[in-house]
Amino acid sequence: MSRTRVVVTGLGTTNPLGGDVASTWEGFLAGRSGVRQLGELAEGLPVTIGAPVAVDPAEVLDRVVARRLDRSSQFALVAALEAWADSGLDVAMEAGNVDGDRFGVAFASGIGGVNTLLSNYDALRDKGVRRVSPIAVPMLMANAPAATVSLKLGARGPVNTPVSACASGNEAISLAADQIRLGRVDVAIAGGTEAAIHPLPMAAFANMMALSKNQGDPTTVSRPFDLARDGFVLGEGAGALVLESLEHAQARGARIYAEVLGTGITADAHDIAQPDPAGRGGARAIRLAIQDADISPANIAHVNAHATSTPQGDVAESLMLHAVIGAHASDLVVTSTKSMTGHLLGGAGALEGVATVLALHHRLSPPTINLDNQDPKVELDIATKPTDLPLGDIAALNNSFGFGGANVAVLFGTFS
Amino acid sequence: MSTEEIRAALADIVNEVAGIPADDVQLDKSFSDDLDVDSLSMVEVVVEAEEKFGVTIPDDEVKNLKTVGDAVAFIERNRAA
Repeated sequence: MSRTRVVVTGLGTTNPLGGDVASTWEGFLAGRSGVRQLGELAEGLPVTIGAPVAVDPAEVLDRVVARRLDRSSQFALVAALEAWADSGLDVAMEAGNVDGDRFGVAFASGIGGVNTLLSNYDALRDKGVRRVSPIAVPMLMANAPAATVSLKLGARGPVNTPVSACASGNEAISLAADQIRLGRVDVAIAGGTEAAIHPLPMAAFANMMALSKNQGDPTTVSRPFDLARDGFVLGEGAGALVLESLEHAQARGARIYAEVLGTGITADAHDIAQPDPAGRGGARAIRLAIQDADISPANIAHVNAHATSTPQGDVAESLMLHAVIGAHASDLVVTSTKSMTGHLLGGAGALEGVATVLALHHRLSPPTINLDNQDPKVELDIATKPTDLPLGDIAALNNSFGFGGANVAVLFGTFS
Repeated sequence: MSTEEIRAALADIVNEVAGIPADDVQLDKSFSDDLDVDSLSMVEVVVEAEEKFGVTIPDDEVKNLKTVGDAVAFIERNRAA
């Protein structure tokens, strides 16, 4: 029996470049940065910049709905609603043509409802026990974003929350695709979200020397693959993808953006925070994704790199691409959209999944901005302006790596 | 504060917490049956009301506050004390 094919039929996002897919894609092609000074929020911190969302979700969502959701779940809901409507399944659901029992959700967050946790601790300390919100727990629990999407859209199949730090969003895509391949569901929303722009996580990331301390123009600080890179910029937001079995999508005449060809997940078992400098775990994940997709490495035309703008990680990613793909690695059109969005942590893999699918759909790679002097240890062809991708059947790789040594590679392909 | 002033201030809280139009929050209305305020929202309303009116509403008392009028009467009785 042939394997169930999985396709992408809907996309959604809210992130530092825009509150929807169209404005985000426009921002990518314009090479716009979403990084700015955070003002009062970051007062007294060693790092005072970040990449907040362009559109406050509280302005988009119903007021009462928004006040019962942590910011991370607000982002998830905005992105999921856009993806759902984009797929046309909203209309199909209303017409009774989508079986909620065979509809799942895999929505990730790296950190969870940290704003809710900390604001309720502030209330406990300053105003007393009585002021701790009775809905704090359902707001801050790790599976709140996934549950929020399930509740709103009526998904009654498996509703999962994969957690693997900065690889979480990509792991959600992999998990959702698996649920469809295993025949458990016909439709799944995959996504990742994060809302951690708060003094405590910012201080923690700064103290572990993960964040850039560059005091220059904020829009130039996230500079993956550049010699002057010195750490990531914290972003926030969410990305969501509607995945569907090919059969289900074709039966309803859906528009198909791309196919999920294969996925690979590994762990470094090297260090809790540092990547394996040789990128061996990441290389294995990419190799597994290629095997799973049953394609030749030569079919891969584009990579949306994890590249967060840290000194070690960006070089390790170049090494792993060369280790797996060989000489053809130099032909890849590689980009790091984090140069524009900052690092969305658990939302990163999902937003970059959306970007990878759009790149295939438009056959156009978004640029990497701020690449003035490419690190000679990065032997890759990095797109510094929007760059055409080749015609024909091509594949694109979305890489995500996370603390704890998590590595997730997802291969998408043009659908034909 | 007059009864009407307390009702109006409570109505604002119910609107803020549960999104119910303030004009619907009248003395004869039941929180759960007429206004669709669920139990967790009711806890939020109670906590907001305690701060707003300077009263303490014990958990045991909350179940007795079935209507908006019950709550307004409780607040009136306990504010002066």
